[in-house]
Amino acid sequence: MTAADLIQAIQDRFPQGVRAAHSYRGDATVIISRESLIEVARTLKEDAAFQMNFLMDVTAVDFSSFGKKPSPAFFSSSGVAVRPSPEIPDRERWPGPPGPERFAVVYHFFSLPLKHRLRVEVPLGDAEEADAEVDSLVSLWAGADWLEREVWDMFGIRFRGHPNLKRILLYEEFVGHPLRKDYPVNKRQPLIGPVN
Amino acid sequence: MADLETRDMLLNVGPAHPAMHGIIRIVATLDGEQITGTDVEIGYLHRGFEKMSETVDYNGVIPYTDRLNYVSPLINNVGYCMAVEKLLGISVPERCQYIRVIVSEISRITDHLTCVGASAMELGAFTVFLYMIKAREFLWELVEMVTGARLTVSYCRVGGVKGDLPEGFAEGCRKAIEETRKVLAESNTLLTRNRIFVDRMSGTGKISGDEAISYGITGPFLRASGVDYDVRKDCPYAVYDRLQFDIPVGTRGDNFDRYLVRMEEMEQSMRIIEQALRDIPPGPIQANPETGRPIPAAEMVDQAKVGNIGAIADRRAVTDPTLDGAAKPLHMHIAADEKRVFLPAKEDTYGNIEGLMQHFKLVMYGHGVRPPKGEVYFPVEGANGELGFYVVSDGADSPYRVRVRPPCFAIMSALPKLLIGDMMADLTPTFGSVNMIGGELDR
Repeated sequence: MTAADLIQAIQDRFPQGVRAAHSYRGDATVIISRESLIEVARTLKEDAAFQMNFLMDVTAVDFSSFGKKPSPAFFSSSGVAVRPSPEIPDRERWPGPPGPERFAVVYHFFSLPLKHRLRVEVPLGDAEEADAEVDSLVSLWAGADWLEREVWDMFGIRFRGHPNLKRILLYEEFVGHPLRKDYPVNKRQPLIGPVN
Repeated sequence: MADLETRDMLLNVGPAHPAMHGIIRIVATLDGEQITGTDVEIGYLHRGFEKMSETVDYNGVIPYTDRLNYVSPLINNVGYCMAVEKLLGISVPERCQYIRVIVSEISRITDHLTCVGASAMELGAFTVFLYMIKAREFLWELVEMVTGARLTVSYCRVGGVKGDLPEGFAEGCRKAIEETRKVLAESNTLLTRNRIFVDRMSGTGKISGDEAISYGITGPFLRASGVDYDVRKDCPYAVYDRLQFDIPVGTRGDNFDRYLVRMEEMEQSMRIIEQALRDIPPGPIQANPETGRPIPAAEMVDQAKVGNIGAIADRRAVTDPTLDGAAKPLHMHIAADEKRVFLPAKEDTYGNIEGLMQHFKLVMYGHGVRPPKGEVYFPVEGANGELGFYVVSDGADSPYRVRVRPPCFAIMSALPKLLIGDMMADLTPTFGSVNMIGGELDR
């Protein structure tokens, strides 16, 4: 299936769950609501029209500082500002972050029999509102176990129904979630060995 | 005897254990010699690749990608650069694509040689390890010839590669392939029908194709379980769709099949390199009769100092082709035709104002390559499986988010599944066939 057909098929199947969809550089992307994730994922895996047997990747993006990077390109000694080069003009238009929410959990599916790929994005609110929580896909793909643990470790997004949601790359005593944009890149924490 | 109390034993293996290459901790629960449960702990080599990538410009990520899978760093370079090129919507010249294919396949062979050699060594076959490291040395000499480094290569650039292939590369490559074939034939006779090796490898660490897919396992590990998924065939990138090669597929999904698949893949990689060397469009390295005999750069400078312009007027200076932008004629074959992405040739930087501006617009802090807002995922076939880069841009000079999908992460998550039910001594061959690379696993 081409990207456009794939998006159309999913939109027809889930008129409620799909919030938006687009195809950019040939990558089909659907943005779905959190409630419909399990249902969409199960359909993608089991329906003969999709047959997405691989869950290639689970990750997340923190959109809280998207497009807000200050331009440092001026000479502080002279005060002369130099405009950075304009963006390279783009024939395709990317519609922007999936929603006003802070986070998006990003799933990459692949179908080996039909050879198509799909990106599914689930926008999520901030963790401070106890909102950054999404259903776990461990019941459908065993590989989701570690991938979701990594997202919890790096972004502090919880996965409802995960059997063993603990840190994976960092240690239990680590404070904070380093891939959030408000975690300073040069912050140091004491190294503590694993506790049995 | 019946009323004696029996208890499971906890055995801690790692983080630094002599029979394991890589820093990982496995806490195994043993019933006698049988493994009944494992707890795998990773993250000892976490260096924050994804966080660091957000702080540097697009080309600045390339040295970090070298340190992901450090046994085949060139594939990481290629994967990252192709992901950013997809984001930019540009394509690189054909010769550059062939160069990328050649260096990727050389890296794949070095990776498989290391994996097979190291796991053979852990089973006592030290000779094979030395033979394979010898073969790897021939290939790393080629890598050194092309990139100037052995391990931290940083060869690709967004929109091209650092430099063209050096003179004499094709001959050197053919010679290295010949040597590698000899080594593989020798190792084959030493291992494939070796009773000790076969007994330890076959039937251990089994996983079925469906289970492997469920874990997201890709690469030779998946193919040994009978699923013929290879990114090079199923989602071809660069020029793989023009090259003839076969995908070896196993049947039993055990350690021995993984060994056989890796051995055959090395042969197929050599086939690809030979075809690519045959088909690669000629670059300026091949002598250009019109510009006359190229002379060394130092000689040219000496002639110019004494004013002997006539002797050097139409001559080409011999400069090191691995130098970044050393010669203008090289550029059009290895760099995308997009001035906002790739550095100009040094002759242009020093010789005219457009080149100078182009150069500074790319290297100045806060300027640089600025892809449009967007997100892409680009997979390549790494030595361990699908190596995917997910790049998000917000229009600034540094990536908003870089995510790498490490192939051995998925395999490691299946490690408990592979080990439970086997003997403690089977841990070594199973872990060896996983080919865990700490840099890629922990990032």
